[in-house]
Amino acid sequence: MISYDFEYHKPTSISEATHLYQSLQSQGKKPMYYCGGTEILTLGRVNRIVTGAIIDIKGILDCNVLKLEENLLIMGVANTLTKLNETNYFPLLSKTIIEIADHTARNKITLGGNICANIFYREAVLPLLLTDSQVVIASPNGVKVSFIHEVFHQTLNLNDGEFLVQVKTDNSYFKMPYVSVKRRRQWDIGYPLITVAAIKNDNEIRVAFSGLCSFPFRSQQIEQSLNNRQISRQSRIDQVINDIPAPILDDVHGSAEYRLFVLKYTLNNVLDALEGERHA
Amino acid sequence: MLKSEITLYVNGEPRQVYVRHTDTLLHTLRENLGLTGAKPGCLNGDCGACTIDIDEEPIKSCLTLSVESTDKKITTVEGLQNAQIQKEFIKKFAFQCGYCTPGFIMNCNALINKYPDADDAKIKDWLESNICRCTGYAEIEEAIKAVLTKNQQGLSS
Repeated sequence: MISYDFEYHKPTSISEATHLYQSLQSQGKKPMYYCGGTEILTLGRVNRIVTGAIIDIKGILDCNVLKLEENLLIMGVANTLTKLNETNYFPLLSKTIIEIADHTARNKITLGGNICANIFYREAVLPLLLTDSQVVIASPNGVKVSFIHEVFHQTLNLNDGEFLVQVKTDNSYFKMPYVSVKRRRQWDIGYPLITVAAIKNDNEIRVAFSGLCSFPFRSQQIEQSLNNRQISRQSRIDQVINDIPAPILDDVHGSAEYRLFVLKYTLNNVLDALEGERHA
Repeated sequence: MLKSEITLYVNGEPRQVYVRHTDTLLHTLRENLGLTGAKPGCLNGDCGACTIDIDEEPIKSCLTLSVESTDKKITTVEGLQNAQIQKEFIKKFAFQCGYCTPGFIMNCNALINKYPDADDAKIKDWLESNICRCTGYAEIEEAIKAVLTKNQQGLSS
């Protein structure tokens, strides 16, 4: 049970939602946009998230869209992970999200909720980073479209009052070879140690990571090292390790040393999958 | 205290309740409507003891607000009334202490309805949503498969 109170609003349009936010903010209610709500409820229960008002965006049509339009897959943020997996428009996304939480939880967790969550895994971001997806962001001044690389730096950087409406992905990426590997310390369920997703685009491997550092990321430097076929595979992987952009996580799920060990092994798996048989 | 009167459609009936906006559906079902089949376990979305079906999909009622559930078809274990999966749980001894059982029943019931030809991988994937610390899950899997087999053979009585 949540010990404090909040107002509940369910707007039916983007402009209604953003204006509501401004109004509630001016009243000092520290409003939050609400989609699946699993994190707001679980962290709210222990007072790690406190808000005076939530704005449920599931009533907004644009947030529920899921369709292919010409060469773009448009995914409203209110689509649940289960729905995205079952429709399977975007196989790499399906593969990456299928192991987030558990099946019943995925019936409630939404695409937008996972991308904007506090939890550092946020694995749904990985395929979007690899495919240079676009994000549609609503603000009190209107709607803008940006490439995810422009606004996602460790987290999705939204200004006060903005919310994520849709993600658009070019479907030419959907036919590319891909691999998504989720490693846990033990068992088949629970939080992962690391997740690595990769695609092969014109012989170049793109790779993104979750659970390695305190944020999900894709790094050009890492990709350059991984694609440097002038040196041995082991040297390429060693170079990737040197390129990791932040301290490696060291927590109850695994020490930094163990994560590094698992990462090396997993990168070998990625290269096996995307380059064929092991060489060098 | 911020409260509203809302109508929930539970087990085929409209039920008017006066709820705090922060009330979870689990709380409302148990405390306002007296439907204590959904069990409070972890209250954190991990254990699945509070699982109910919303619009035919299993949902953890501790992760759902009552105020966001007004336009949904809610089914609790009280609404099943001697469903095939309940009979098979008894036949296969698919429970011991019974605390997690309503959550498992609701999850299994949704699985059977949605995937009448569910294979082992699908069953395993769905059962990962619920935790039982008494049984080894084998009997629960047997109960599911018994219903699936009977349904496929047209022996659903």
